[in-house]
Amino acid sequence: MYTRLSSGDRIQADVAIIGAGVSGCAIARVLSAFEIDVVLIEKEADVCFGTSKANSGIVHGGFHHNKKYLKTRLEIEGNLMFDKLHRELDFPFDRCGILVVATHDDEIKHLEYLYQQGVDNGVIGIEMCSRSRMLELEPKLHGDVVGGLHAPGGGIVEPYRYGFSLAESAQKNGTVVVTEFKVDKADHKRGPKNQPITVLRSTEGAEVEAKWVVNAAGLFGDEISKILGAEEFTIFPRKGEYYLLDKLTQGAPSKVLFPVPSKNSKGMLVIPTVEGTVLLGPTADDMLDKEDTTTTGDKLDTIFDSARRLVPTIAMKDVITSFAGLRPAMDSGDFYIDRSERVENLIQVAGIQSPGLTASPAIGEYVKNLLKKAGLALTEKKDFDPYLERIPHLRNKNSYQAEELSDLDPGYCRVVCRCEKVSEAEIRSAIRAGHTTLDGIKFAARAGAGRCQGGFCSYKVMQLIADETGQSPATISKHGPGSELFVNQIGPPIVSLEPAMTKGDK
Amino acid sequence: MTDFKVDAAVIGGGAAGMSAARALADKGYSTLIVERENQLGGILLQCIHNGFGVHEFKEELTGPEYAERWEEMVVGLDSSIPQVFLDTTVMELHYEGEGAGYTLVCVSPAKGFFHILADSVILTSGCRERNRGNIRIPGTRPAGVYTAGLAQRMVNMEGLLPGKNAVIVGSGDIGLIMARRLMWSGCKVHAVVEIQPYPSGLTRNIVQCLNDFKIPLYLSHVISKIHGKHRIEAVDITPLENGRENPDKTFTIECDTLLLSVGLVPSSELAQEAGAEINPVTGGPVVDGHLMTTVPGLFAAGNVLHVHDLVDFVSAEARRAGDGAARFLAQRRGDGLAPSAAASTGAGAVTGANTAGAARPVAAGSGEVTGAGSGAPPPPATAAMTDNGASLEVRVRPGSNVRYVVPGSIDVYQPIPVMFRPMIVKNSAKLSIYLDGQLIREQKKAHVQPSEMVEIDTSKLDLGKMKLSKDSVLEVVLL
Repeated sequence: MYTRLSSGDRIQADVAIIGAGVSGCAIARVLSAFEIDVVLIEKEADVCFGTSKANSGIVHGGFHHNKKYLKTRLEIEGNLMFDKLHRELDFPFDRCGILVVATHDDEIKHLEYLYQQGVDNGVIGIEMCSRSRMLELEPKLHGDVVGGLHAPGGGIVEPYRYGFSLAESAQKNGTVVVTEFKVDKADHKRGPKNQPITVLRSTEGAEVEAKWVVNAAGLFGDEISKILGAEEFTIFPRKGEYYLLDKLTQGAPSKVLFPVPSKNSKGMLVIPTVEGTVLLGPTADDMLDKEDTTTTGDKLDTIFDSARRLVPTIAMKDVITSFAGLRPAMDSGDFYIDRSERVENLIQVAGIQSPGLTASPAIGEYVKNLLKKAGLALTEKKDFDPYLERIPHLRNKNSYQAEELSDLDPGYCRVVCRCEKVSEAEIRSAIRAGHTTLDGIKFAARAGAGRCQGGFCSYKVMQLIADETGQSPATISKHGPGSELFVNQIGPPIVSLEPAMTKGDK
Repeated sequence: MTDFKVDAAVIGGGAAGMSAARALADKGYSTLIVERENQLGGILLQCIHNGFGVHEFKEELTGPEYAERWEEMVVGLDSSIPQVFLDTTVMELHYEGEGAGYTLVCVSPAKGFFHILADSVILTSGCRERNRGNIRIPGTRPAGVYTAGLAQRMVNMEGLLPGKNAVIVGSGDIGLIMARRLMWSGCKVHAVVEIQPYPSGLTRNIVQCLNDFKIPLYLSHVISKIHGKHRIEAVDITPLENGRENPDKTFTIECDTLLLSVGLVPSSELAQEAGAEINPVTGGPVVDGHLMTTVPGLFAAGNVLHVHDLVDFVSAEARRAGDGAARFLAQRRGDGLAPSAAASTGAGAVTGANTAGAARPVAAGSGEVTGAGSGAPPPPATAAMTDNGASLEVRVRPGSNVRYVVPGSIDVYQPIPVMFRPMIVKNSAKLSIYLDGQLIREQKKAHVQPSEMVEIDTSKLDLGKMKLSKDSVLEVVLL
């Protein structure tokens, strides 16, 4: 469960991390292994509700960029850390491999360049592929494929559930996650032994006082830096639009498919997801507004044309939704992760666009080392528990495993979301973990993420949120304050929520 | 793990499921309805408006009343009772191969995980609403955008009002019904926006739900953008001119609610998983003249087969699917006589199929239904054919101005009605039926429109007297 602070509330910490995206969550999780007080601050109602929830969900293969960039070094390092994290935190992850698909002989030259870059970067198992090798690796590829590149170490991850699990693990180890806290003001002062202390004030007048501050505010990193009186830089929001296809699509590949990249972009991809749906995208459009995640539909044909050149069986009828996310880009094109030169107790973590998700585990370590170097004393916690309790998912179980589940909790045998086969017990456990909005439940438990997009289960999810939190249904929101779903209660519900019967009752 | 074994399993306990189960149980087959909610009735339960039952019961009933009548017929009799498993979800449907029937992998809180083994399965799982993603409305993704059916559930059953100022996209029936419902409940409906040049709902709903409340209907218009970060604040509406959006004529309506009534799609996923071929036009499985899918013993009826306008037609169609499944079960047993499971109760009904209606228990509900008259198909008058299993399937295909026909073929010896959807709006239209290119029947239609399904009584075509081959094709043409 998250902490909410009201006006006049004040908490103290050794480190305050501003921004609970995947970077902030990864940093918090690394720091939670040490004997320090960590507070992770988020302006939204849930963690990972910004860039971290709307991206390609790819664990990149480490061959797209030169190692001279920090982002490439962290990408390579981060990639290798996913297996251990996956074992500890149980988020959906699959090292399914990446293919870069050439459909014209002219493109082979660029593939050779990427291959060499991959080899120089130390990418394990990278190979150049003939046409027949490509079709063997991915039978759904377009027959026009002439060759390609295979990076078996690339993979896919459900980005929000990865982020949620990091935050949950950090909380389990003592980190306080404060949501709905928008940093509005910051004051610097001196504590005992002349130690610098920063007081962060929310728009509502609550305060977090910390000896060290990490700015991981993503799209708003420049504004937070300004509020803190630190470096001036600009974050440019760059929009990426995606289409999500139903898991029944004929066009679901088994590997992540890239076209051969152009100078400006990695191109439009076909991405299988761990849960069986398929993502197409992203576009790349520079924006002015950091909150403009509107979908335009303008690029629909471009995206589908591009995708069908990779997998011809992709059909527009399979679209279940579209969405857009904003990448927090900087002029340099690289990550900016460093100790501030103007504010001595501040670490800047900015410009974390692609491959930020892949790099995030390494970003956590990198920031820990910066803090250590800057003087933060780090003693390992003796009782640090890297593991999260595994929440079983009904949809992944065979009959016999599920039989055990129902003994555990009959709520596992009541299906609430029919499209994604999500049980009541899974939704209740997501609510208990702090996901108390409809979007939060969609991302955490997948209820409403399927083909009907919540048409059938929204009211049931609302009933469960009301039941677990004691909220009245009229106050339940889509994604936080201001997005309440219903305006008023005009009558009592006809059917009230029935507890799942236990087996003995049958 | 407990297993249950039945002659027929019916997946979905709405209007179609109850009717199909009743038909099967009447013939003495052990039948089990699997329903995911804790009550039978399906979507009928949230349809508190009237207009249901005109054909089946010769009365105007509300949705819950219509469901209740059927529920009494399904669970209220003490002979041939179909079993009902509530609060139960079918996770997987497996066809085990010729002669081996089906395995349904089910879950329910009361029974945990279990299997149902059935010789035949009738899929009556209804449909779902197309949503924003399906029609790709650009803009933000705020709260306040709901499918009309979800809003209907919230207002009618949860007692929650979605907003104070609404716009409705699509003039489908649920949207129209909800326009009226919202007006009554204190939410002003500012516009109904329809992409087609004609309404997509029933005429009676346009009159009773829009005109009576002076709600403007914008035909040939689309929602071109949704505004609002947290809660929807406004929508842009753009006219279509010659099939293209004219952005110069875009106007904006402020609203806190947008309801989508943009069509329904059969929930045919279980049929697909079992290997049934899907008709890309309807989204439902391809069925033969006994409403059997391309997988032997798997039948489909109601909105999972194709989306209907009227629940009465759903009930009638499901009865035919129940009859089809009974015929399949009889044939499978090889003797074509009494079903094995409940010979004593079933014998009369089957051997005397011509008099089946009379032989049934004379519960009030049952009598009304079987005697429903013109709208319902006659009781299986061709029992002889059922018994010896003879059949000759003639393919039916849509011709000019016909969007689809269901079923895709009919059995010449036991012809069932063919339903089709027009692609045109026309007064004094002409419906023509061709057999292998020869016109065999012509019929005047006072008015046709895509929103109103048309039924062809194929028993009047006298196909039994025609010269037919295995490759014969009936074509339905509307001019």
